[in-house]
Amino acid sequence: MATAKDGKGGNRPPLELHVPEPHYRPGDAVDFSHLTIPEAGAQFRPDEVCEAKATHPLCDDLIRVLGDDNKAHGPWDPRLSPDTLRQMLREMALVRAFDTRMYRAQRQGKTSFYMKCTGEEATSISATHALASDDMIFPSYRQQGCLIVRGYSLEEMINQIYSNKGDKLKGRQLPIMYCSKRLSFFTISGNLATQLPQATGFAMASASKGDSRIAATWVGEGSTAEGDFHSALTFATVYNAPVIFNVINNQWAISSFSGFAGGERATFAARAVGYGIAGLRVDGNDALAVYAAERWAADRARSNGGPTLIEHFTYRAEGHSTSDDPTAYRSAEEQGEWPLGDPVNRLKNHLIAIGEWDEERQAAQDAELDVMVKEAQKNAEKNGILGHGLHHPFHTMFEDVFEELPWNLKEQAEQAIRERAIKFPEGRSKS
Amino acid sequence: MSTQTLTAEAPVTEESGEARHMNMIEAINSALDVMLTRDSDVTLLGEDIGYFGGVFRCTAGLQEKHGKTRVFDTPISECGIIGVAVGMGAYGLRPVPEIQFADYIYPGLDQLISEAARLRYRSAGEFIAPMTVRSPFGGGIFGGQTHSQSPESIFTHVCGLKTVIPATPYDAKGLLISCIEDNDPVIFFEPKRIYNGPFDGYYDRPAKNWKGRDDAQVPDGYYKIPLGKARTVTEGDAMTIIAYGTMVHVAESVCREKGVEAEILDLRTLVPLDIEAIEGSVKRTGRCLIVHEATRTSGFGAELSALVTERCFYHLEAPVERVTGFDTPYPHSLEWAYFPGPVRIGEAIDKILSE
Repeated sequence: MATAKDGKGGNRPPLELHVPEPHYRPGDAVDFSHLTIPEAGAQFRPDEVCEAKATHPLCDDLIRVLGDDNKAHGPWDPRLSPDTLRQMLREMALVRAFDTRMYRAQRQGKTSFYMKCTGEEATSISATHALASDDMIFPSYRQQGCLIVRGYSLEEMINQIYSNKGDKLKGRQLPIMYCSKRLSFFTISGNLATQLPQATGFAMASASKGDSRIAATWVGEGSTAEGDFHSALTFATVYNAPVIFNVINNQWAISSFSGFAGGERATFAARAVGYGIAGLRVDGNDALAVYAAERWAADRARSNGGPTLIEHFTYRAEGHSTSDDPTAYRSAEEQGEWPLGDPVNRLKNHLIAIGEWDEERQAAQDAELDVMVKEAQKNAEKNGILGHGLHHPFHTMFEDVFEELPWNLKEQAEQAIRERAIKFPEGRSKS
Repeated sequence: MSTQTLTAEAPVTEESGEARHMNMIEAINSALDVMLTRDSDVTLLGEDIGYFGGVFRCTAGLQEKHGKTRVFDTPISECGIIGVAVGMGAYGLRPVPEIQFADYIYPGLDQLISEAARLRYRSAGEFIAPMTVRSPFGGGIFGGQTHSQSPESIFTHVCGLKTVIPATPYDAKGLLISCIEDNDPVIFFEPKRIYNGPFDGYYDRPAKNWKGRDDAQVPDGYYKIPLGKARTVTEGDAMTIIAYGTMVHVAESVCREKGVEAEILDLRTLVPLDIEAIEGSVKRTGRCLIVHEATRTSGFGAELSALVTERCFYHLEAPVERVTGFDTPYPHSLEWAYFPGPVRIGEAIDKILSE
């Protein structure tokens, strides 16, 4: 192999390959003072139908509403009613209680896998509040908050997580890969960023039919590196599609920090600039700012103003999934030092600051939600847990590959029945 | 579970209108026109398909007739084209994306394999991908390695996708209408060497057109050919030849010139496969030749050969033979050395008959 020592290239200087490295590794002291956190309320708010270009200064800014005084500030304050704020707080607390319990269920061996959204609750819950109830959601895998807002039953979620006989996805999908057409929530894929061109296509179809539904999609900052992201943004700008791209920049893609998706050079919101679409960068731990940004984008899309890319700047407070150990690659101090705080606490403190909530009610609500989740879990477990036999009848394995069963699947289904008879000659009541 | 679509046939009736001569391009155009007219959810998208009418003219005039939101050009992004079509299907449209050449389909594979083909299964039927991906495929037009490939076995290997390949203008229209009405995602490969006329395998003879052939008499209106039903091209006892697309015509001309009375089966649909027709024919003739233009290793011929061997072994009087393209990229200057033409087919026929 040629090296500079070989004298190749004469007297030209040797090139250097840059491989990004995060600021902190395990054991490092953490100091986030290099992050620019502007004052809440200091960001201008353009009209929803402005030229895309008018939003571009906001791609390098950070839209914030909740200040250190826990009050709402500036033109992005969505002026939500205390009832709505309390509802949002309740849903965020519910998702957190649900995550805690399901994480434990996985550790207890009741299922194979789970993913929490701790620290990112606002990015799905506030955002979903800003959409119409029939706007189509194309989620990634950490948007359980969207389903909670739209009233999906906890028991159905747990049935899916357990792949049990109550799972309406028939035990086919990895836990948390929910689907609900009734709630306009698209089926979750394990292949990253595929939902982005799909959301664009849905939005294009809605527009071509003169409908009023828009599409909103979510993706992690790491997956913006996929070609699908760029295809989706190209199609969205070409056809001025009524779609919102929510990029959840939670700093980490499993063990790879945002630098491996290009985050060292530019913000993720700034991707909007090159595509000529509206872009907003928002404090993802500020429930009011997230609502305001999403609502702005939804109103823009609905009035034929076209797509918006929103970067939600947040922090993944826990591991990527139950299969991940973040202490192996990042400093444990990061979460505590995160300068944008915790979204649940910030919304709670805001409600307290405006005299609409108190710690006692919060504690009572947490206890109530805990009981509610426990109850749902108990009911779901009547349908079985993973690996304990209470799954869907196994002929369902061959269904839905096609609308009809072709001859080869019929033959293979017969083989599966023969295999069962050999494995369980005594017969088996379950399955 | 219903078996409706597999057996569904909408035969030519008076409603289908007068039959007239069409080449395969005109037949495909007619199928698209019929479906755009019948179903307001049918939407065509692809590179250069709108105002210009497609690089092979398959969509000529359709944008003008049906409007820009029904037939439109796309960015050069196969991932985007297929991904957007998945989303359109989720909305309730029936998208018919065109991939300009089958060789360009690879950037769209994740959207086809992991998404379109799996939506019904992973959502337990809540979401489907009722799309038909049209794409010209195959060589013989001096297209070099990026305009000549036959990647059908990549798709037949994917559960949840159907793969359809017509060999005549009449079939192209009837099959394409079936594909568009099908609720599963379909790959519809158009053998571009025979767009304008059947091909006998002799590149150095004058090109033929479809004129005067019965299989180029195509009704103007609506009719369907069911997916999963093979066509018997010629009847015969000497052997069964299984082929599809361009190779149907090459095999037919070789048999004619050699005076071999073979039963040639045009599969028309690779998935779902008409296993009954294959089994019935091979059990009767006792000899089987499989012909495709695609590369050999792991080609669809391997699947066919395995199925014939598994199901007809005790009826076989000679080993199953495969005639295929070589396991090389499609070479530009040596195209006709690569192409599984009359010499390669003739040799295989002789070998089978000598057993």
